[in-house]
Amino acid sequence: MFIIGELINGMYQNIAKAIKERDKSVIQKCALQQIQAGADALDVNCGPASKNQVSDIAWLAEVIQEVTDKPLALDSSKPAVIEAGLKAIKNKAIINSTTADQEKLSVLVPLAKRHNAKLIGISISNKGIPRNKDQRLELAATIVAFCAEADFPIQDLYLDPIVLPVNVAQPQMKDILEAIHEFKIISDPAPNTIVGLSNVSQGTCSRSLVNRAFLTMAVAWGLDAAILDPLDKELMDAAITAELILNKQIDCDSYLEAYRKK
Amino acid sequence: MAQPALEKWQGQVATLKLGASKEEGGSRLGVIKIGGQQTLPFLFNEGSIPNRPQIAFEIWDIMPVDWPQELLKTYGEVLNDPLAWAQTCVRQYKAQALCIKLVGAHPDFGNKSAAQEAALIAKLLKAVDVPLIILGSGDDAKDNLILPACCQAAKGERCLIGSAVQDNYKTLAAAVLADGHNIIAESPIDINIAKQLNILISDMGLSLERIAINPTIGALGYGLEYAYSIMERVRLAALSGDKTVANLFICLVAQESWRAKEAKASSAEFPAWGAQVERGIIWETITATSLIQAGADLLVMRHPKAVEKVNKHIDELMRS
Repeated sequence: MFIIGELINGMYQNIAKAIKERDKSVIQKCALQQIQAGADALDVNCGPASKNQVSDIAWLAEVIQEVTDKPLALDSSKPAVIEAGLKAIKNKAIINSTTADQEKLSVLVPLAKRHNAKLIGISISNKGIPRNKDQRLELAATIVAFCAEADFPIQDLYLDPIVLPVNVAQPQMKDILEAIHEFKIISDPAPNTIVGLSNVSQGTCSRSLVNRAFLTMAVAWGLDAAILDPLDKELMDAAITAELILNKQIDCDSYLEAYRKK
Repeated sequence: MAQPALEKWQGQVATLKLGASKEEGGSRLGVIKIGGQQTLPFLFNEGSIPNRPQIAFEIWDIMPVDWPQELLKTYGEVLNDPLAWAQTCVRQYKAQALCIKLVGAHPDFGNKSAAQEAALIAKLLKAVDVPLIILGSGDDAKDNLILPACCQAAKGERCLIGSAVQDNYKTLAAAVLADGHNIIAESPIDINIAKQLNILISDMGLSLERIAINPTIGALGYGLEYAYSIMERVRLAALSGDKTVANLFICLVAQESWRAKEAKASSAEFPAWGAQVERGIIWETITATSLIQAGADLLVMRHPKAVEKVNKHIDELMRS
């Protein structure tokens, strides 16, 4: 499973402070900790407090690249911020994210193509958040069709069914899981699937457990990637074990260690 | 016409170097590189295959026990003298590598001491200049005495030494690490143990690239397909990116082939089977060529004619 570490996000106070004070040691330590814990890529988000996201994301990309060559997921709803990040990036890039809206797709898909970046497409639009599986599928199909027409490689597309908190949208959980499965059959070659995991446990008392249970189920429905907290060891262990059960790696007594050695 | 679908692999089998030249601190003339492929056997269109499968001649430290007449007759007198035997393999049969099995250290077959075996290895390294594979007697307790001594006697020659097994790997791994050799990790036709043993050995500080997997094989008609499917699965995992199993395979072809009934039974007993002289050679050849298709990188063989046939076969495959 492709793990994107979520911790370099200005939403967290330590990161916001480090961005403001240009303290690169905090950012670099956070990057390395996540990689050591098994992250394959790192999400980079300036957060709501950032006054100048364009310069902040470029600075973040720069200082992270001093310590790792892992791919960076440039996380912003503003195409201009993503473009600033792409310019600063030498590592492989992931654009996080486009919606199914034409104005977003028409800017971000060509941008991803030009920079050989992977692209995360979320099944939402300016009409709001989908309420069921069919609406998710329709939005996902819009994204896939746009990418296919623009000659963007579908293997580099990651579709996100938009995970909602279980305590807000309990009836939708099963739809979300089923959508993961059905996204995979929209086209051949199939797009990848991804979730922003932590949202599922927003506002609940047992966040780690809810994350773990949802991730395990999502893996069973065919999930390829997740944006999550890799420092949650039990969560990572659950993801590795779920893939073991699906026969995606060879079993042995030390399979957890083996996965981390890969 | 439709194009064949090509697989794109992200993993690569580790490259193992067998033997060390003078410049590298050893004294071998022919240093062999094995492994390093980025695709399944001989699918040249899908990825690079930088090194061909190699064959090592099997020799013993004592007069062989239980070998069929055909083998005894082929080698003749030299079987009594491991050094002369080794030289015959290299000079007459052009062996590129030798695999010496220290059966004589086994309590049931002479119980030779660690000092005796170490002295033999030192002499052998002087008598021939090809890389060496050194196998213990098969008795764990005794091998823990003789193999470290042999490691030391061959220090710097980058031999391949075995076998480490799940219940007995620490002594050998430590000795191999100290003296700059490679190790054979042996598992009983069990993919899970093969992976686990690699992790255990690498946890001791020996890098994964220095491990050769002995998956344990069966000869044609004696479980070859079990070994075949395990080797195939290991290789698929390796090419998919699992570094903990991205190792070359060493297959002890001779010891399995020559104990098959078809190789040993006399022509008088089974007249319809044809000449016994040829049957053993055929059995060893077919077992080897089948395993090459499963991914075998290093084959340990006995009969010079079988080696010649398999070498020719490999040459043809590598040309295609």
